[in-house]
Amino acid sequence: MVFDVVVEVTLRPGIADPQGATIERALPALGFDGVSGVAVGKSIRFSLESTDEAAARAEVEDLCGRFLSNPVIEDSAVSLTRVGS
Amino acid sequence: MAARVAVVQFPGTNCEQDVVEAVRSFGAEADVVFHTADSLGGADAVVIAGGFAHGDYLRPGAIARFSPVMEAVTDMANQGAPVIGICNGFQVLCESHLLPGALQKNSGLRFVCGVVDLRVESVDSPITSQADVGDVLRIPINHFEGNYTCSSETLAQLRGDDRVVLRYVDNPNGSVDDIAGICNEQRNVVGLMPHPERASHALLGSTDGRVLIESLLATAGVRT
Repeated sequence: MVFDVVVEVTLRPGIADPQGATIERALPALGFDGVSGVAVGKSIRFSLESTDEAAARAEVEDLCGRFLSNPVIEDSAVSLTRVGS
Repeated sequence: MAARVAVVQFPGTNCEQDVVEAVRSFGAEADVVFHTADSLGGADAVVIAGGFAHGDYLRPGAIARFSPVMEAVTDMANQGAPVIGICNGFQVLCESHLLPGALQKNSGLRFVCGVVDLRVESVDSPITSQADVGDVLRIPINHFEGNYTCSSETLAQLRGDDRVVLRYVDNPNGSVDDIAGICNEQRNVVGLMPHPERASHALLGSTDGRVLIESLLATAGVRT
């Protein structure tokens, strides 16, 4: 089975997000006054061939923990969409 | 016999020649080792020099960690040899789990480039053995991701075990507890954001980095 994988990497709660804070501070100058809680992360997309969804998820979780995110400062969220057999 | 230092170069490393020159100025031997090497050629100590290993893609140090040479670096660290990471090298050592914690973007999202005062906090490390606690050293910094962070448990361990080796006198990047450099539990692996090699000759504006390099060579020499 082939899956489209999207991994969203975000900073853990309590870790300073200077990019988010800088964007939030800039918004009032553009007239956007009601925006708060801006957070910047990254999304990583790829295709994965695996035997089934559970195996695919386990592999991606492992990949996230060891490489795509640094668990000291980042969380990761995985979404899988089956696109072919 | 003069100590031999291997200086690791990844694609994007740019401080390796500065480290080589600084080491050689003490009469010791230094060789650049490319990241594809699977051996450090019998060196007594390793320095992972600064720069932008693998373009700092994903996170600084994240890809460097998987370079072949890192197996040899890890072996040396496990054998108790001095392993020093300067700037990007510190980031590589954290990503490799040879040091705890992580280096995030500087507070205020500022790239910092200048000369700072560092206070020697522990002399029980391969880079401070020839210094005195309380010495203040003027050494350049040059980084965007030097804001050291770790869990509160890790911070308590670092403090309790005297593993904070260097602190900023005036914190330039938001590092927790003003941390500029730490060592591992066995005390042979050290990471620091400042660049001692850039303060190793009067022509560079400061010679305060020499005591750190001298300490490294003294520690490496004892093991030969």
